[in-house]
Amino acid sequence: MDLISENLPALFAGFRLTLQLAVYSGVLALALGLLLAAMRVSPLRPLSLFSAAYVELLRNTPLTLVFFFMYFVAPQFGVPAFSFLWVAVIALSLYTAAFVSEALRSGINSVGVGQAEAARAIGLTFGQTLSQVILPQAVRSVIPPLINVLIALTKNTSVAAGFGLVELIGVGRRLSTANAGDPWVWVGVAVFYLLITIPAGLLAGVVERKVAFAR
Amino acid sequence: MAHDLDEPTAEPGRGPLTTPLVVLTKVNKHFGALHVLQDIDLTVHRGEVVVVIGPSGSGKSTLCRAINRLETIDSGTITLDGVPLPAEGKALARLRADVGMVFQSFNLFAHKTVLENVMLGPVKAKGVKRAEAKERAVELLERVGVANQAAKLPAQLSGGQQQRVAIARALAMKPKVMLFDEPTSALDPEMINEVLDVMTDLAREGMTMVVVTHEMGFARRAAHRVVFMDAGQIVEEADPETFFTNPRSDRAKDFLSKILTH
Repeated sequence: MDLISENLPALFAGFRLTLQLAVYSGVLALALGLLLAAMRVSPLRPLSLFSAAYVELLRNTPLTLVFFFMYFVAPQFGVPAFSFLWVAVIALSLYTAAFVSEALRSGINSVGVGQAEAARAIGLTFGQTLSQVILPQAVRSVIPPLINVLIALTKNTSVAAGFGLVELIGVGRRLSTANAGDPWVWVGVAVFYLLITIPAGLLAGVVERKVAFAR
Repeated sequence: MAHDLDEPTAEPGRGPLTTPLVVLTKVNKHFGALHVLQDIDLTVHRGEVVVVIGPSGSGKSTLCRAINRLETIDSGTITLDGVPLPAEGKALARLRADVGMVFQSFNLFAHKTVLENVMLGPVKAKGVKRAEAKERAVELLERVGVANQAAKLPAQLSGGQQQRVAIARALAMKPKVMLFDEPTSALDPEMINEVLDVMTDLAREGMTMVVVTHEMGFARRAAHRVVFMDAGQIVEEADPETFFTNPRSDRAKDFLSKILTH
């Protein structure tokens, strides 16, 4: 226990980096995932096919491989080398967006097809149909799977420890080495992860109740 | 055909029905192996009320939905006011704004109040100011008799009330033609008449209507023309009196004998 309190500053630094990775990637992944889901259900076949191919490719690839690609392969094709942090954020976002897209798509499919037909029948465009009629109704069923995706993202940030970022796992590894493998180090690390994931779950419950409506 | 159906006779209080508004020419559609619309030719004139009847699976709903391209067609042309139906995109959205549609299952927007349901189209698709759209929406809800439900969500209304809101929602776009796809088939019997009354009033006011229905009373009361479909074809069309009292085809006779016994 003393070990944790003695090393709180180091753990905090790791926590901050993990939180940064999770929040930045979360925002980007939500935006990209929404775009992918919209493309997937759009009437334009090329867009829909691109989205489907993207999702299949990214969600069936190990995250570590996406990181390798971003760090070592992409620069060879002229993609400029960002900071370690941003390369990690981009890798996490590209990967997580595939899961966000699938969660949103299942939500969109949960809204009856008649709702979209009625929206189109009064002259709404595809974008208006999605934003005015479908997504507001999909939100409710989408929140739980979406929070799952974001919790998984938070835990997936640990892959960045293998790519030069001293986030929570990185800090844990250093402290563990320095303290002869004291198991309390990892208890401390776990508590900090929970500080992100448990509030996320609680927030989901609040949002879910807020957007509920009678059908 | 015995009658000249291109120029239906006008009734008292209605103008002559001579301007083609919706024109279907050689329309074909398949659902897989099923040839659901076979060389359909149909002209609906401005101010005309056409009732489409026929057994389930005869293609009458598909025909109705094809007119605002909720179903695509494989060949043939459909024009509205002289303009062919556009493919997907903004042009199609604009065209749909001119075609009101009422569905069997109402399809009111479940997350919006009754009033918002009626306002959404004018505000979003036509850019009408909210205050103006609201005024007109209240007017329309009064006309269909559900103004007192304006603040409720659709799920809080009875089926008949929901369908009348759906009619108001379609009318809010000031459509050139209204399509009704079995508008009373999902209703409890005691609610059918409240919806049919609204539709009959609309017909009297000169709205152009294509109505797919099993309500023969409505067809007799409000239709200029009855179109009988079976197996993807228009088998017979005539004014309601002629059709119901003296159908020519065996298929129409058979169909009428089945539904008019009860």
